[in-house]
Amino acid sequence: MAHMKRASAWITLLFLAPSLIGLVAFSVLPMAASLALGLTQWDGLSAVSFSTMREQWVGLGNYAALLGDSEFWRVLKNTCYFIVLYLPLILLASVFVALLLDSKRRLIGVYRVMYYIPVLSSWVAGALVWKWVLSPDYGMLNDLLGRIGIQGPGWLQDRSWAMPGIVLASVWKDMGYFGLILLGGLQGINPSYYESADIEGASWAQKAFRITLPLLSPAIFFVLIICVINSFQLFPQVMVMTATNGQPPGGPLGSTQVMVERIYTYAFKYYKMGFASAWSWLLFVIILFFTMLQLKLQKRWVNYEA
Amino acid sequence: MKPEDGSIRAAKPLSRSRAKRGAAAAVWYLVATSVALFALLPFFWMIGTSLKSRGALLAIPIQWIPEAPTFDAYRAVFALIPFGRAIVNSLIVAAATTLITLASSSMAAYAFAKLGTKATDRLFGLYLATMMIPMQVTVIPLFILLSKLRLIGTFGGLLLPSVFNAFAVFMLRQQFLSLPDAYIDAAVIDGAGQGRVFAQIVLPMCAPVIATLVVITFMGAWNDYFWPLVVLMDKAKMTLTLALNQLNGQYSTRYNTLMAGSLISMLPILALYASAQKYFQTGLQLGGIKG
Repeated sequence: MAHMKRASAWITLLFLAPSLIGLVAFSVLPMAASLALGLTQWDGLSAVSFSTMREQWVGLGNYAALLGDSEFWRVLKNTCYFIVLYLPLILLASVFVALLLDSKRRLIGVYRVMYYIPVLSSWVAGALVWKWVLSPDYGMLNDLLGRIGIQGPGWLQDRSWAMPGIVLASVWKDMGYFGLILLGGLQGINPSYYESADIEGASWAQKAFRITLPLLSPAIFFVLIICVINSFQLFPQVMVMTATNGQPPGGPLGSTQVMVERIYTYAFKYYKMGFASAWSWLLFVIILFFTMLQLKLQKRWVNYEA
Repeated sequence: MKPEDGSIRAAKPLSRSRAKRGAAAAVWYLVATSVALFALLPFFWMIGTSLKSRGALLAIPIQWIPEAPTFDAYRAVFALIPFGRAIVNSLIVAAATTLITLASSSMAAYAFAKLGTKATDRLFGLYLATMMIPMQVTVIPLFILLSKLRLIGTFGGLLLPSVFNAFAVFMLRQQFLSLPDAYIDAAVIDGAGQGRVFAQIVLPMCAPVIATLVVITFMGAWNDYFWPLVVLMDKAKMTLTLALNQLNGQYSTRYNTLMAGSLISMLPILALYASAQKYFQTGLQLGGIKG
């Protein structure tokens, strides 16, 4: 440390104290407790003590039950199905938005605000309007499709179209957010690259694939990492869009049950807190795995040279 | 920058390049407007629906613009559930969350940036590590802890965890690091205590990033769904997102009412965004890339 000693250790600790107490009480200890709970069958009712923990100890039983149960794999498959549809669409849409907004045309500020309004609304409001937009008979989307001669599907009421409907709403909601992040990346590209490309007579495609994409790759990589993490934690869309007429969310026929929805349901509807804790750790391991995988794969396509 | 770009083009015959540029502009506005339609049509649909009667909801062909607009849905949303109470609750919760987060995180960030030692640097690594843990991992023990403290179902329980916010500490620390040490050291030599240096020099110098964080935190708390869903059960304490969620559960086909409530819930954030837009743009990009 180069700087002079400005404060005693006590003063430093005083500044850190509120946040540090929070770190321990609301993050570190709960993490340890969650790991321990995941090894028990605790039902959320009996007292939390060492003796009840010992009585309800199942070791790795929860994990074995999860991995041996078809439900877990089905729900993981649903989550991955969401990601497979959502990732390419959100990447395309947000790159597209960023390219559009990287311009000095008149009204550009107005367009930027318009693209950002879905980001500002809460997921509950956004999901409610999409539930109604996707209504098969009375909704806006099928009406629009009908005008161009397409018979729209049953969307959220059809087990094979419910997830695509949720994906559509998610792309709509997130496009402006990631678009603006990528716009920051685009505007960080040194304009002299384009100038010399113009002088050498490079085509539009050459500029796009030789300059823009490589130099934007760190920002795209960041968006990709965040998107994958967020997708595994998909929750409010499912809870709001698929809960109808007193039916529990996740339908129809469980086709939109996803990881966090299950964790919430097991913990706070069935009070199987030990089981839900184990599930949440599996979720963490899966997220960690995919994040690490991307960090490893980035060397092949992310360009940090400029 | 674009001027050079223009001068290269100006070398070509003028009329051709002007026509080409006009066509390019037309295409740009056409495409940009189509994207804007995708972003905004659902809101247009939301507003239209909120002005419909219950009968008009199920009219075929559907009415894009209600034929007999009515404010019935706006009256209904306040009559069916304690919606006014929910607005007040959301205001209280979002304001208090912002205050607690900013106070605690800015103090910690200052200690990490300017008072730190090797030990605090290592501690900061722990902060960053916690950002990787999904909230679902800690939520169950947190729920148990708060119920032991009899804080489940109270605003206290909802607010208390916001005293720790690794993202806010991270963002503020990066900003504080860029402050010249000379300002702080000069004030210390003049006899100012660290409390005064922090409140009267450091915070005012970082006003833009603090304003950004205020907007991000307020918006996050206002729109939050998962944590209030876990902590609050009492109708009288519901925040707006929970009120809408309950409305969706009980009256899931009354879309005019649901849309009226959704629209009302968005207005404060839109107003906040409009008033802080300048900070917000740069701030979110900063928070995004560096977070």
